[in-house]
Parts: sequence; C-alpha cells; structure tokens
Amino acid sequence: MISSSSASDTKSVSLISENAPKSSFLSRFLRWEWMLVGLIFIVVIVNTQLTPYFLDARNLSRTSSDFMEIGLMMLPMVFIIITGNIDLSVASNMGMSASFMGLLHNMGVNIWVAAAAALLLGTLGGMLNGYLISRVKLPALVVTLGTYAFYRGLAYGFLGDQAARGYPEAFTYFGQGKVFQTLVPFSVALFLFMAVIFGLVLHRTSFGRYLFSIGNNENATNYSGVPVAKIKFIIYTLSGFMASLAGLVLAARFGSTRPDNGTGLELAVITAAVLGGVDINGGKGSMLGAGLSLLLIGLMRFGMGLMNIQGQVQGIAIGLLLILSILIPSMVRSLSSAGKNINWRSAFSAFLFLLVFVLFFVFFFWSRAAVIANI
Amino acid sequence: MQNSTSATPPVRSYLSNLVWTLVRFREAGISIFILLLMFVVTLRAPSFLTTDNFNDILLNISILVIVALAQTMVIITHGIDLSVSSMIGLVAMMVAFVVKQNPEMPVIFAVLLGMALGSVLGSFNGLIITRGNVPPIIATLGTLSIYRGLVFFYSQGTWINSFELPDNFKMLSKGTPLGLPNMVIIAVLVALVVYYFLNHTRTGRDIYAVGTNPDAAPFAGIRKDRIIFLVYLLSGILAGLAAVLWVSRFESAQTNTASGFELQTVAASVVGGVSISGGVGTVPGVLLGALLLGIIQNSLTLIRISPFWQLAAQGLLILIAVISDKWILTRVERTNK
Repeated sequence: MISSSSASDTKSVSLISENAPKSSFLSRFLRWEWMLVGLIFIVVIVNTQLTPYFLDARNLSRTSSDFMEIGLMMLPMVFIIITGNIDLSVASNMGMSASFMGLLHNMGVNIWVAAAAALLLGTLGGMLNGYLISRVKLPALVVTLGTYAFYRGLAYGFLGDQAARGYPEAFTYFGQGKVFQTLVPFSVALFLFMAVIFGLVLHRTSFGRYLFSIGNNENATNYSGVPVAKIKFIIYTLSGFMASLAGLVLAARFGSTRPDNGTGLELAVITAAVLGGVDINGGKGSMLGAGLSLLLIGLMRFGMGLMNIQGQVQGIAIGLLLILSILIPSMVRSLSSAGKNINWRSAFSAFLFLLVFVLFFVFFFWSRAAVIANI
Repeated sequence: MQNSTSATPPVRSYLSNLVWTLVRFREAGISIFILLLMFVVTLRAPSFLTTDNFNDILLNISILVIVALAQTMVIITHGIDLSVSSMIGLVAMMVAFVVKQNPEMPVIFAVLLGMALGSVLGSFNGLIITRGNVPPIIATLGTLSIYRGLVFFYSQGTWINSFELPDNFKMLSKGTPLGLPNMVIIAVLVALVVYYFLNHTRTGRDIYAVGTNPDAAPFAGIRKDRIIFLVYLLSGILAGLAAVLWVSRFESAQTNTASGFELQTVAASVVGGVSISGGVGTVPGVLLGALLLGIIQNSLTLIRISPFWQLAAQGLLILIAVISDKWILTRVERTNK
C-alpha cells in the first residue's frame, strides 16, 4: 500500500533477518507483544492510582462491550493489512447493514429475518470490494474509499432522518446481555470466540501463511501458484461479513439504529491493528498483538473517560501513542547507528523546529485565553 | 507514464487513429465521463446549463481544489495526508478566535496567519515522516486525531458564529471585485502556481522522481527527505489557506469543521487520475476530478434526488468513474503495444 520513504530500507532489513536464525526472528517478534503488555500494566497502575472507580468489575464489564464492534472489524482488518491492502469501508458497511436491518424491522419484518438479510447485504458489500480489488485490479485504497461513501450513503438512503428502535429483548441480548449470569458481556464472548478462530487461521493454517507471503511479495506468491486473487476476494468478503456482524451488535447494544452509527470508526479499527504491530506495508503482524492493542486502547479510553476527558481530546493520546509506537523504535535505531558523529547543522535545524513548535503552542494558549475566559 | 509517445502505431484506419489520439490523453476517461454526465443532467434539468449554476459549482469546489492539489503533490511522492481535514479544523478555529478578538485586523493578516499555522502543522507531519521514518498513512492518521483533539481542547467545545465575525472577513471569500468570487480566483491562482511548480521547476520534477522510484532518486542527486518534507509542508500551508476561506465562506468555525474532508480530497485526486502508487498525476486531471465531484453534487440536487440518497449516488458515481477510467486505460495500453 502506501509505503514510507523508508519502506524499502525496512523491507530489506526484514529480508535479511529472515535469513538469520529463526530464534532471533521469533524474539524480535515477541518483543512488541511484551511492550504492549508492559504498557497495559502501566495504564492499569496509573489509572487505579488516579481514580477509585477504575478497578470496578461492573464498570469494566460495561465498558468492554463499547469496544467490541471495533474488535470484530479489526479481526479481518488484520488479515487485509497483512496482505498489504486496506479496507476503509468497514464502518460504512457496518452502518449500512445496521440501517438495512432497521428498515426491515420498521417495515414489520421478523427481527431474525431482518438480521440475516443485513448479514447477507454486508457480505455482498464485502464481495463487491473484493471483486473490484482482485478482479478489476483497482487499488484497495481507491475502491474502499468509493464504497466508504457508497455504503454510508445507502445507510442514509434506507433510514433517512428516521431511527429504528423497539427491538425485541431476545435481540438486544447480543449487545446488552451477559453470558450465564456472569459479568462477561455476550459481545465480548463473541469477540473472543471469533478472535481465537481468526488467530488460528492466521497462524496455524496454510491460508494464513499465504496472507503473510502475499504481503511480503505478491508477484512471487502469485507465481508460486497461490491463488492470490481468490484469497483477496475471500478476505474482503470476510471483512464485509464481520462489519455487518459488528453492525448487528451495535444495533443490539444501542437498542436503536441511526444511519450515522459508527461514522469514523474505520480509523479506530486501523489504529488498533497498527498499534498491535501489524505492519501497514504488509507481511508482518500477529492476532495476539492486535488483541492486546485493543485492550490497551480500551483501558486508556476508559480511564480518561473516568477522568472526564472528552472523547475527541482522548484522541490526542491515542494518536500520539500510534505515532510514538513506530517513532521511538526507529529513533532508537537511527540514534544508535549515527550517534557518534553529531553534526551541527542537523542539531541547529532540530533546535529551530523545536523553537517553532514551542512558539506555536505559546500562540495556541495565548490566543485561546481571552475567549475561554469569557465563557 | 510517458509510454504512449514511444510506440508508433502501425497503419490503421483513420477512425481508429482518431479514437487513439483522443484516448492517448490521460484525462480522456474522466473528460468523457463529465461530458456524458452533463448531457444526461441537462436532459433532465435544463437549468443545469446556465452561468449562474456554473458559478455555483465553481464556488463550491474552490476549497476542494486548493486542498486536493496539495493532496496530489503528497500522493505523487507515494504518500498520503489524511490529516488535512483536522489541520483545516484546527487552523479555522484558531484564526476565528483571533479574528473575533481583533475585528479591526486587515483581512490579509488572517490569511497569512492561517498559512503560518498550517505550515507548523504540516511540518510536524513532514518531520515525523522523514526523520522518524513513520509511514505516511500512520503518521497522518495519528495527527488526524491529534489535531482534531486539539480543536476540542482549544475551544472547549464552543463555536464561533457568524455574528462574531467582522463583515470584511466574511466578504474575503464571497466578494467579487474582479467579477468572480475571490475564492474562485484564489483557487485558480493556486492551480496555476502548482501547475508551474510541478512542471517547470526542478523541485517540481523531483517530486515526480521521488514518487516514480524512491530508491533511485537519491542516486540522481535528489534529496529525497527534503522533497517529502516539502510536500507535507505545502499540504499544511494550503490547508491553512483553505481553513481561512472555509471560515469566511461558512461564517462559522465549529469543532467538527471539515471533518471527513480528507477523503473528498483523496477522491478528487484519484478520480482525476493521480495514481495512489506514486509518480503519476497532473494538475488538469485533478481540476477535472474536483469538477466532477462538484457537478455530481450539484446535479443530484437539480434532478431532485432525495438528499438522503445523494451520498450513495456520489459514492456510486465515484466508483463508476474510477472503473471506467481503468477500463479506458487498459484499452490504451493494449493499443500502444
């Protein structure tokens, strides 16, 4: 997909390391997951110090279901990003499926029939993406950008300015119910079940190996007799299915559907996958890492929410975390290799940039003070 | 990119020769699509073909053109800037605050302030991408949420409304001292400058070189990191300019100003024939891409498609445009062989 200026450098490095003994590759691989575990511990400790409500089982149980739609869509997204592609349409597909179910429900169709029809529509949406990408050979970013608008538009078309509500209790169980009178929400159990299946497929089957190999070198994989086009078609279809499943869970959790449900969630999904160590250029990643990063993001957002920080301001922390997760390792690498000869010109330009950013924030707070004081 | 000039066609009939010449242009696909669309819309709604309506379309796409051109330069280097919408949102809010506090300030200062603030945000993107080796899509995805978060933090959720802005600032985008709205003239100027920059300056050609082959560019004496930094800086500056025009045109700055706009700018570039894998893209193509998006939006209202279905129709038409462009391109490649 979109590769950085240094994509070729990092690619060649990873090729060398694959020739190296297997154990070193494995240890490199494991390090990121341990880093996430460490971060999760830090977040838990900091949050328990800051607020007494953090380690409340009931609170944790309620908040965990808030992230399951993202989680369900993240699973196939890991597959897609590992092959070096992307799917921007997932959140729109989710909205489209949920709205379609809402429309059918408003028309008086049985809720289970409506849900099945929504799953079918979402899967068809995924198939359309897959067809255009694998057969018509359009770039994934372009296709899913188009369907991002198209599917969201269909959602608005289905429901207009209406909302669908009044779902029967048997259905809302999918979003609100708990498993066997425990505190584990049904949606969390569903996510964990799906995560295990997706993880096994990715790491224990030849299909999973093909995904990595497509991400490393699509042409070579194709010439090795792997049905690349078919595999791409399958993963986009899966993505559509999981997006519509997430749509059903969302509708069940809210107990209602509006056409703008889940707008912008695709970026949260991609953030979770990438923070989990899935390489945006393809070829690297693990389901465990993605799951851990979802947990990390969830705990961070929950903790900040308890401290009354607005959702959008929380985005600053998540965005910084995403950038730093890639920036710090690469900074360490470049400092350790070029640390000996500091040249004055780059030190000067670094100082200049720092000055500019400091000035920016001085202006930021100065210009804001007068207006905020009047509120 | 230039493969069409190298192959001389064998003897062929006059008609297919004509078709071949037409189709050689990279912009042929989208031009044909626009003409077809205009024809169909005019049949349904004759008021489409009026000067007033075209003025309307131009006014509506001016901001899109400015930011899409910036996006194009970024995409040509094989990058992407998803943070443009949040940069617009943040700069719009900051400029609106300053203008509200200093209503007597000359309007040109607001414009310069917007571009300066945008340049800081853009250079932050450029810095983490070039010095930090963060892939562009990750870096700008991160700053997309960071800058948007800063908007909320900055304004504490308040809006700047029309009555808080001075009249001369509101007329910045809409005034017509030169016959056309200022905003349209600014967009045309930006397009001309970017066209000259990309085609007739050394740095401009280097942008293509970096996108075509990032590994070979340094061997040709191109400072790759500088070029990549530059395109993100330019993206920030133009987003800053767009932000000032945005506040002036819509007479308000909201916490969600321009949110989702980044995908429109990518759509305009891509529909205009800019290749997402870098190295390919022209200013006329992007202008046509933005024009197509503008015409689609305008005509859907004219032929009375329910507003609720308009987004779906837009998405579908974008898909059709991209698919037909691909179809024509494969035909061209086949003819050239």
